[in-house]
Amino acid sequence: MTGVPLSWFLILSAVLFSLGVAGFLIRRSVLTVFMSIELMLNAVNLSFVAFSYQLKQVNGHLFTFFVMVVAAAEAALGLAIILAVFRNRGTLQVDEVNSMKN
Amino acid sequence: MSQYYTSVDHFVLVPAILLALFGCAVLLFDFLLFPEPRQRKYLVWFVALGLVFTGGALWRQQHFLSVQKIDSITAFGGTLTIDGFALFFNWIFLAASLIVALISYKYLETAGEHQGEIYGLILLANCGMFFLAAGTDLITLFIGLELMALCFYVMVGFLRGDRRSNEAAVKYLLLGAFSSGFLVYGFSVLYGLSGSTKLAAIRMALESRGASDPLVILALVTVSVGLLFKISAVPFHMWAPDAYEGAPTTVTAYLAAGSKAASFAFLMRMFMGPLAPSRELWEPLLAVVAVASMTVGNFAAITQSNVKRLLAYSSISHAGYILLGLIAGNDTGVQGVLVYVLVYVFMTMGAFLVVAALRRKEMLGEDLEDMAGLVHKSPGYAFLMLIFLLSLAGIPPTAGFIGKYFIFLSLIQTGHYVLAVIATLYVAVAIYYYFRIVRSMFISPLTDRAPAATSLGLKLALAVTGLMTLLIGIYPEPFLSLAQNSLLR
Repeated sequence: MTGVPLSWFLILSAVLFSLGVAGFLIRRSVLTVFMSIELMLNAVNLSFVAFSYQLKQVNGHLFTFFVMVVAAAEAALGLAIILAVFRNRGTLQVDEVNSMKN
Repeated sequence: MSQYYTSVDHFVLVPAILLALFGCAVLLFDFLLFPEPRQRKYLVWFVALGLVFTGGALWRQQHFLSVQKIDSITAFGGTLTIDGFALFFNWIFLAASLIVALISYKYLETAGEHQGEIYGLILLANCGMFFLAAGTDLITLFIGLELMALCFYVMVGFLRGDRRSNEAAVKYLLLGAFSSGFLVYGFSVLYGLSGSTKLAAIRMALESRGASDPLVILALVTVSVGLLFKISAVPFHMWAPDAYEGAPTTVTAYLAAGSKAASFAFLMRMFMGPLAPSRELWEPLLAVVAVASMTVGNFAAITQSNVKRLLAYSSISHAGYILLGLIAGNDTGVQGVLVYVLVYVFMTMGAFLVVAALRRKEMLGEDLEDMAGLVHKSPGYAFLMLIFLLSLAGIPPTAGFIGKYFIFLSLIQTGHYVLAVIATLYVAVAIYYYFRIVRSMFISPLTDRAPAATSLGLKLALAVTGLMTLLIGIYPEPFLSLAQNSLLR
């Protein structure tokens, strides 16, 4: 990280996280929404690694691995659930998946 | 740190090991020992056995604490702490898991989706809850939360052929993962601020930094978003009515009771621990959230015609009440939170159990009209439901009154008079919509004569929840003193 200050990494992480949040709120396809969540988690990983490097510790690196494991588990489960939805409905648009009354 | 796995570490971890092993064993037994679908109900006994063993391990820990006269046992270099608080919540989780296992086989059989995996998932979710109540490290808490949440995503979508169940699962999954993203982003900032993932170290670091540091505020806001989502407080409640309605009713009961209790344990650990130095910032924030939760929960419940949805909104308003105890923040308030969570678990599960009992093959039994004249058909269910609803509304001599009493007392002790008045007024609104169910059960004429479902497990579960709801209301002293000894300091 010689030459590149910590704040740059944190700003990049914040920007990526915001992009993920925006994608989650704006996009209408379940798959894209799901990818936005992965982007948010990767932004978190970046900030963990940056902090960890700055502090000369391994804790942040460790946390990154756990976040990756959770993201992978979530993706596996999520795609299975999305598949079940698609089988029963034939659509993956968030707006059309609303059969329950409000 | 010379030894990596000491006997103390093992002693603390035993309940989690048992839950995880039994969870995996049940998954194996499902197809090794019981290949026939009708044999799957025997798995309930394995779950019960696992929970009894876990209870024994927890009892040994409780016994150790009281004999040695110490407050807590710390293990794994401070990542896990067994104290009264962790044990109190773990007893609640065990009770919730046992009740859900007991009622699941009949309900899922009726719904035509009785798979053995549900029992494994119940135990593994309980394992996650253990780490949420006992964890004192960000990594432990995060893994515990995700272990619990991942099991719940599957359980909510358990009725694979049912469109509502699919929909509930996908909504819960997307919003759950979204909120976890916020939470873990907040964790990364907390780590950056303190250079440690241990709650105690983070607290010291935040104390020295002062509350108005922008990074502290960023961490506070993102962590709060994640936590408030998990307890389904307004404005992060949108998932709850859909997830509660679409999920199998037994899973709804577990979601409303177990998952919410575990999330409150997590929330208390965070707000009474690392976030305590910035109390002046989060106290008004949580007050707004609590009032909004009570408002939205109570008023939205009035117009619901689906009982599960109605109870979902009521559970949102209960989250608001429980938050009030944290806002008061004195010992009475924390005791109030513990007692309220204990009481809430039994009365909410009880109410959902009665709804689950009305399910038949061709009928969901979730609408208000499906309850019409229930007292003529199954008076037992109708009177039990009456007890649960009275308790949910907070009317003495039921348990709900005891929970509300301590919350209100703590608010008055700490001078939050406005919040106390608002909370009391909303009780009146709550009585109105709970009595819509009562009116339907007791006054409306009987329309549907087919008998309600019954099974040994259901009877046992209803007996336990009904008895606890009355017992805590009539003879609260042992539970109060247990909560008194479980305060988080």
